[in-house]
Amino acid sequence: MLLCGATTAVKVGDVAPDFARADLAGRQVHLADYRGKLVLLNFWATWCAPCRKEMPLFSKWQRDYGARGLQIVGVSMDDDITSVKQLLVQRPVQYLIVMGDAKLGEQFGGVLGLPLSFLIDAQGRIVARYQGESDLAVMEAKLKELLPHH
Amino acid sequence: MTRPATILQSCILSSASIAAGIWMVAMNPPLAETRPVASIPPADLIQPADLAASLESSSLPKPLILQVGFRTMYDQSHIPGSDYAGPGNMPTGLQVLRDRVAALPKDTVIVIYCGCCPWSSCPNIVAAYDTLHGLGFTKVKVLYIANNFGRDWVDKGYPATKDQGLRTETGR
Repeated sequence: MLLCGATTAVKVGDVAPDFARADLAGRQVHLADYRGKLVLLNFWATWCAPCRKEMPLFSKWQRDYGARGLQIVGVSMDDDITSVKQLLVQRPVQYLIVMGDAKLGEQFGGVLGLPLSFLIDAQGRIVARYQGESDLAVMEAKLKELLPHH
Repeated sequence: MTRPATILQSCILSSASIAAGIWMVAMNPPLAETRPVASIPPADLIQPADLAASLESSSLPKPLILQVGFRTMYDQSHIPGSDYAGPGNMPTGLQVLRDRVAALPKDTVIVIYCGCCPWSSCPNIVAAYDTLHGLGFTKVKVLYIANNFGRDWVDKGYPATKDQGLRTETGR
């Protein structure tokens, strides 16, 4: 008997679900606030080695492309905020971090493995999905293609 | 957020953050490096297709299945009948695991799984496996998930649910 355990798939081309989550200072962050920007939404966790490996490069991208309209939002899927704060004191990042949960994971079709990233365009539409250890050069090329050229 | 009005306030806030971070590390240390996942004997691995087949068989006895990865993934989707008993990368998670199996006979068939990230990077499975062996359990199997639970289990159409099993976590 097949039991339904898969969440509704969120596909490339779909409008990204809006959400509100607290950042590490407790301020509410709404994805919709970043309409007009290219958003890299990255689900990660402190204990996920491939996730930690990506973060310095994401910080570099935020510095390099932020003025052109890139906003990176890291969604921690850690069970508690303590370990996140602990890691980020030791390894600070240059982009926004919010705390995720199962409900947010389900909104994005299920976060059933990390890392998982979505590129969301200025109209709020998902234009790419990256599951697992991605080729970051490919990801960077894609976001450069989507950013406005100055 | 109100920006610090003075450089002094910035320094005070920065120092407080660093101090808080040091305190957090002391209070909640992660586990030291564990053995690599490749150290788990192949004979103790079970493939997803085989576990799924055994679950769907009415004639085969069902093992105790424990997810030892992260809670938010368990809450979204897990193998039906499995309990959450992790995370394996934290001492607190391994205590949850110990508590879950404390009353069980040592020849109980136990299947542990994670699927948080690519197999070679999993920080949870080996510590959980070693913990169970250290407690004297002799029939421990590890579900081999090459990429992640979504791709290697759910997307294959194997049984999955979000129904809550036994909540064995402490303090949550």
